[in-house]
Amino acid sequence: MPEVTLTIRNQVGLHARPAALFVQTAQQFPCDIRVRHGSREANAKSILSVLTLGAGQGAVVTIRTEGERAEEALAALQALIAAFQGEA
Amino acid sequence: MRVLQGLAASPGIAIGPAFRLERAPVRYQRTAAADRERELLRFQQAVEVAARQLEEVHARAAAESGASQAAIFEAQALMLQDPELLQKVRAAVEEEGIGAEAAVSDAAEEYIGILEALDDDYLRARSRDVRDVADRLLRALLGVSDSASAGLQTPSIIVARDLTPSDTVALDKSLVLGFCTAEGGTTSHTAILARALALPAVVGLGPGILEIEDGTPLALDAGAGTVWVEPDAGTVAHCRAQRAAVAAFMLQAQGRAMEPAVTRDGHRVEVMANVGDVEGAWAALLAGAEGIGLLRSEFLYLERPTMPGEEEQYQAYRRILEVLDGRPVTLRTLDVGGDKGLHYIQMPPQMNPSLGLRGIRLCLARPDIFRPQLRAALRAGAGHSLRVMFPMVSTLGEVRAAREMLESCRNELRAEGHPVADQMEVGVMVEVPAAALMADRLAAEVDFFSIGTNDLSQYVMAADRTSAEVAHLADAFHPAVLRLVRDVIAAAHTRGRRVGLCGELAGEPLAIPVLLGLGLDELSISPPRVPLAKQVIRALTIAEARDIAAQALALDSPEEIQARVRERVAGAGIQ
Repeated sequence: MPEVTLTIRNQVGLHARPAALFVQTAQQFPCDIRVRHGSREANAKSILSVLTLGAGQGAVVTIRTEGERAEEALAALQALIAAFQGEA
Repeated sequence: MRVLQGLAASPGIAIGPAFRLERAPVRYQRTAAADRERELLRFQQAVEVAARQLEEVHARAAAESGASQAAIFEAQALMLQDPELLQKVRAAVEEEGIGAEAAVSDAAEEYIGILEALDDDYLRARSRDVRDVADRLLRALLGVSDSASAGLQTPSIIVARDLTPSDTVALDKSLVLGFCTAEGGTTSHTAILARALALPAVVGLGPGILEIEDGTPLALDAGAGTVWVEPDAGTVAHCRAQRAAVAAFMLQAQGRAMEPAVTRDGHRVEVMANVGDVEGAWAALLAGAEGIGLLRSEFLYLERPTMPGEEEQYQAYRRILEVLDGRPVTLRTLDVGGDKGLHYIQMPPQMNPSLGLRGIRLCLARPDIFRPQLRAALRAGAGHSLRVMFPMVSTLGEVRAAREMLESCRNELRAEGHPVADQMEVGVMVEVPAAALMADRLAAEVDFFSIGTNDLSQYVMAADRTSAEVAHLADAFHPAVLRLVRDVIAAAHTRGRRVGLCGELAGEPLAIPVLLGLGLDELSISPPRVPLAKQVIRALTIAEARDIAAQALALDSPEEIQARVRERVAGAGIQ
């Protein structure tokens, strides 16, 4: 089961973009995608579930994918989080 | 006549009747679903209605107030179609026979409860979006009108407790003269929206503003945070005159954007732009900027899998220099680390990233990153007026090491037969208090300073700009920050070095008189602010500016300083 642990580094601005982009990306894949932050776990395709993780700036999250195109989904989400770091 | 005092969220003058924007809480009967299949169908239809409304609202927000406002509704649309939310509501209806309204409300409250308990401001604020979506769904289920502003018929000043994104986007902006809210701060949704629409807004007025009735005459001087309820003739006349002065000032600013900024007594100040890419360079020129005072080189490094090579950087700098066609360009070398990381640069985790390995510290530790940039800059600078400056400098040693590396790159390039800039001016960003305090010594090592007030304020005030609870402390108008700015300018001038300022402060019309009075040589600001900044300079003499600066620096707080400057320059139409 592919898994990766990352740090959310972007400075969360006054817009809702980062979480929305993350969920929209997850929704493009058929596999099951879970995000864990501390003791909470969320369905990556549910924006409400992702927001309630409370993963603000500096949070360390683990993404796990399972099923069809699991590796591809993981790579896409990882690249997205890396791209967020450009948000000034 | 009554006078209410709130917080200035977006400057401007408005005179007109009040319009109370109130949305009654959505009420419904908590009933059991008689027919569960029918109830599910009703819910499905409500989701579709709400989705269509959100699409319209999204399009409207995008057209009226830009991408960041529109993004709110994009997120709300995702919430509306959230698979977990839909599943919860369906399960409650199907398995427990709960009515759709109660099922929606229960599911939403569950998420709102969790979000409100989080210790992250941004995420906590998202609970408002969940409520906005739930209310929209409930209204769709109940067949209640979507608009809280349906009664708005004549140009009015909107009075509300606070505004939700849905409320504001549904407003007919051609009928809005300004906003007054009882709650909210200068970073609230109302404030951001008002600034995006360039409409005056006063927030945080307290519950008193909610006691007035629809149609009550109001006048607001939003720059001062003042609202007059039932203003007398004298107040209205004063507001009208002030509005006319501001309008005339703005018009003149636009009309004279391409002319140099010269004070009334003939002192020229250079107004440059802060730019992040080629498009920005064009925007700077079109706005009348006389050069680029801050070229953020990060644009080349972000959102890509690998580091840009020397050749790619050279081409990019060259393109921007060609756009500027001989005007000066100041390249800030790579400023990452802190809150801005690059995934292809592995960095140890840092507890305090803004006090960590960033800016010049990172570049000096990583010559494999720094040298290609310096080489690209030296090559691009051949035959062009390119300057470089180093960010986050805190010691003289760092400047010497960076200059040595620059020299060695120059020699290397010459040996390889490349044309290079022989006389490239080198400067430092003064944004660390240590650098500001050592400015007299640093001035001996460089050709110019550029004061970065955004970071300088956060370091001087020991207040994280990204933390909502303390960000207000990191105010560049604070006398502690302005005193350092004064000392840096004085130290540089003693050695005959030029000083620019490239923080947001330089674009504040009320800061410019003070900065001019302190002797600043150059402002660098975002392109849209260039015309106004130039016009502010034209309205002053150096003697006046010195007097304003002397008065300002003797005051105790940012609020007092802004109020004093406003008092001195409001007559000229500066707000």
